[in-house]
Amino acid sequence: MKSVEEIKAAIESAVPGAAVEVVPNPGPAAQHSLRIAPEHAIDIAQFLRDDPELALDFLSNVTGVDWPDKEIAEKVKVTREVKKMVDGPDGKVEQTVQETVDETRKRVEPGCLEVVFHLYSIAKTHGPLVIRMRTKNRSDQVELPSVTPIWRSAEFQEREVFDLYGIVFTGHPDLRRILMWDEFKDYPMRKDYVEPDDFEYEPTPHDEVLKRAQKHKGREQQTGIRDQERVAE
Amino acid sequence: MLGEGILKGMAETARNFFGSYVSKERLTTVEYPEERVPTAENARVFPFLVYDGAEWEAGMRCVACQICEKECPPKCILIDKSKDKKPDYAGKPQFYPTRFDIDISVCMSCQICVEVCPFEAIKMDTQFELATDDRFAGLLLDRKELAKSNEYYHTIHPTEATEVDSRLAEEKAKVEAKAKAAAEAAAAKAAAAPNPAPPADKPPAGGGD
Amino acid sequence: MSLAETKSEKVAGWNRPPVVEPDGEGELLEVAMGPHHPSTHGVFRMDVALDGERVIRLKPVFGYLHRNHEKIAEGASYLASMPYTDRLDYFCSLTNNWAYALAVEKLSGQEVPERAEYIRVILAELTRIQNHASTIGFLLQEMGASGTPLMYAFREREKILDLFESLTGSRMMCNYMRFGGCRVDVSTAWLDATRKVVAGLPGFIDEFEALLTANEILMARCQGVGILKPDLAVNAGISGPMLRGSGVNYDIRKVDHYGIYDRFKFRVPLGDHGDIYDRYMVRVLEMRESIIILDQALRDIPAGPIMDPKAKIRGFRPKPGEAYGRIEAPKGELGFYLISDGGPNPYRYRVRPPSLINLTVLEDMCLGQNVADVVLIFGSVDIVLGEVDR
Ligand code: SF4
Ligand code: SF4
Repeated sequence: MKSVEEIKAAIESAVPGAAVEVVPNPGPAAQHSLRIAPEHAIDIAQFLRDDPELALDFLSNVTGVDWPDKEIAEKVKVTREVKKMVDGPDGKVEQTVQETVDETRKRVEPGCLEVVFHLYSIAKTHGPLVIRMRTKNRSDQVELPSVTPIWRSAEFQEREVFDLYGIVFTGHPDLRRILMWDEFKDYPMRKDYVEPDDFEYEPTPHDEVLKRAQKHKGREQQTGIRDQERVAE
Repeated sequence: MLGEGILKGMAETARNFFGSYVSKERLTTVEYPEERVPTAENARVFPFLVYDGAEWEAGMRCVACQICEKECPPKCILIDKSKDKKPDYAGKPQFYPTRFDIDISVCMSCQICVEVCPFEAIKMDTQFELATDDRFAGLLLDRKELAKSNEYYHTIHPTEATEVDSRLAEEKAKVEAKAKAAAEAAAAKAAAAPNPAPPADKPPAGGGD
Repeated sequence: MSLAETKSEKVAGWNRPPVVEPDGEGELLEVAMGPHHPSTHGVFRMDVALDGERVIRLKPVFGYLHRNHEKIAEGASYLASMPYTDRLDYFCSLTNNWAYALAVEKLSGQEVPERAEYIRVILAELTRIQNHASTIGFLLQEMGASGTPLMYAFREREKILDLFESLTGSRMMCNYMRFGGCRVDVSTAWLDATRKVVAGLPGFIDEFEALLTANEILMARCQGVGILKPDLAVNAGISGPMLRGSGVNYDIRKVDHYGIYDRFKFRVPLGDHGDIYDRYMVRVLEMRESIIILDQALRDIPAGPIMDPKAKIRGFRPKPGEAYGRIEAPKGELGFYLISDGGPNPYRYRVRPPSLINLTVLEDMCLGQNVADVVLIFGSVDIVLGEVDR
C-alpha cells in the first residue's frame, strides 16, 4: 500500500480543499494515521473507497476516543512593577522598580472527542489505513459526519460510539443508543464519567473498592439510610 | 432418491446409539457424583496458601508483600501486613499476613496471583465443590481456611510442586552458602584478632521442608 | 417508535435493507423474539414486524449483557485484561487471548519465540474446530433436530476441552497467552494426546457430514434462505465464515500472515450462493482445513523457549503509541485497538467484535423470509452474546 504521505497527497488532489494531516505513531507498530477535517469527510471517504488504486472497501473498526481538557502548568517569566523603599538622600524614599519573577500559569488545552477508522481493502488485500476525525469540543459541538452511507459496517459501530462517547453522527440513518438503554443519560466511556453510587458490599475492600465503600458510607450517614450492615471496616 | 440422506443420517444415529454401549469414545459422560472423572493435573479452581512443615501459621510462605492484592484483576484479595517478623523457609525474618482473605464469590480463577507471587506462596487448588447458602461469610475464605500444606500441594499438582521445591531448595542452599561464607569471613576476622570470639554459626531457624 | 419507521429513508445512497411491503391484508403483528428465547444464544432480542408469516421489519436489540469491558480494561493493567478477554467470546477464549496478545505485542514491539507461535496455532485451530462443530450443532438444534447433532458436536468438543484443561488449567477460561509467548510449556504427553484427538477428528466430521450434509430436510430449510450478497457483505464489514460463505476470498490468516500461518499449506473454502447452506458447508470445510494445519503444526513443532526473555510480567509499560492487531477468530475478524500513553494501563482499549458487526446484515437477510427462518438465519451468523454486548 502507499505510504500515508502519498495517500495524503492523493486525497488532496482528488478532494480540493480537504485538510489532511499526518499523525505519526511513535510506537513500534508504526501505524501512522491521517487526521481529516470533518467538513470533507464524506468526499474523502468516498474517494478512499472508490479509488481503484486504494480500494479501501472494508471498514473494519470504528473507535471513539476521549481526550479530556488538559491542564498544562507552565512557567513564565513576568515582569511587573513593585514599590520598594529605597535609601534616598534624605531617608527612605518610595520608588517603583521593575522586577522579574517566575510565575506558574495554568493553561487549559481544550479537549475533544475523536473517532478512529481502520480501513482495509479486500480487493487489494492491503491495509490498514487509519483515519481520524475530531470534534470541536466535548460538550456542545460534538457532531461529526456519519460514514454509514459509504461503509455500512459503521452502522452499529457509530451507534456504539454515540452511545458510549456521545459523538453525534449527522447523516446516520438510525442513531440510537445500542448497548445502554434508551433512558440512560450519561456517556460511560468518557474519562470524566462518574459512576452512580450503586455500591455493593464486598468483603475484601481495598484500593478503589475501599474508596467507594467509604464514600458510600459517608453518604449513608448524610442521608441516614443504612442498608444492611454494609460498612467497610 | 428423496429421503436417502435422511436414511443415511438415521443409520449414523443408530451406529452412535449402539456404539455408546460398547465404546468409551462414543460415551464420554459419567454419572456424577457417584462417578467422577479425574481432575487434570493443571486444573485450577481457587487459590490457596502453601505452608511448610506441620504448623500452618509458622510455616506460611506468604510474606505479605501484597503484590497479589495489587495485581488481582477483580481485587478480591485483602491482606493485612504484620508488625513483627517471623523467619521464613530460609531463615530470613519476614513479615507475615495477619489477615489474608479471598472472596471466592468474586475470584475468577485466573491464576494471576500465582503468577506474580515471587515467593511461591499462593497456588491454585482443585477443590470445586464449594457451594454454600451464605453468600458473604461462606464464600470469604480467611487465611486459616486458605492454608494448605505443601504435602497437599504435592498430591494435587505433583510435577509443579516438585519443581517449586527444587527451586526453593536451590535458593535456600544459596542463602545458606552465603550465610556460611559470611560466618567464615567473620570467623577469619575474629581469628586474626587477638582474642578469638566463639564463631556465631547458628543454623537457620524455622522453615525447612 | 413504531417498527415500521425505524430506518430513515432520508439518507440517500446508503446500502439500506430492502423495503418489504406488507400485502395489505390484515394487520402487522409485532413480536419480540427474546431476550429469553431458546434460539437467541443468550439474552438478545429481535423486534420483528410480521405480515402473516413474512418478516417486514427486524430490529435487533443489544445490551442485556453489557458490562463495559472496555472501561474495565482501561482501569486495569495490561495483564489484568487478559483473563477478561476469555469472557468475550467464551467459546473461543484462546483466540481472544491471541488477538489481545498480538495487539499488545505490536504495541510494545515484542517478539514471540517460535515454539510459542506453534503452540498458538495448534490451540487456535483446535478452538476453531470446536467452535464450528458447536455452531453447526446449535444451528441444527434451531432447525428442530433437538439434541442429536448438538450432542455429537459437544462430545467431540469435550475431548478438545479436556486438552485445554490439561494444558491451561481451565476448560473455557483458559487465560493462557502472555505478551511475548505462552504461560506454560506443552509436554510431550500433551502433544501425543493432541495428536490422538486430531487423528480422530476426520472420522467425526465424516460422521457429522453423513448425518447432515445430504439430509433433505436440512437442504430444504437452508438452501436459498438468508442470502447475503458479496458486495453487501464487504460493505457491511462482515468477516469470517459468513464473508467466505458469500464467496469473498478473504482470510486474515492468508492476508496478514500473522503468527506463522504462511508456513502452513491450507485452502480457504468459499461459498457460492451466500445462503445458510453455504455457511454451514464453509464451516465444515474449514474444520477439515484446520485438521490439515494441525497435522503440520504438530509435526513441525520445534523445541525451544516459550517466552520472550525480555518480557515482563509485572510493571509492564509499553511506550506511547497505538496499535491495531487482528486475527481470524472462528467468528470473524477479532481486533484489538490499543492506545498507550506510557502508563501501566491502556489509555484506550477497544475490541472489534466480529459477532456484533456480523449482525449488521441480519435484517437484510431476514426481510421477506418466514419467521421460522429468522431463527435459522440468526443461528447461521454464529454469535456469542458475551462478545456482542461486551
Ligand atoms: S485467581 Fe485471579 S481473581 Fe482469583 S484471587 Fe487470584 S488473581 Fe484474584
Ligand atoms: S501470596 Fe505471594 S504475592 Fe501475595 S502477599 Fe503473599 S507473598 Fe506476596
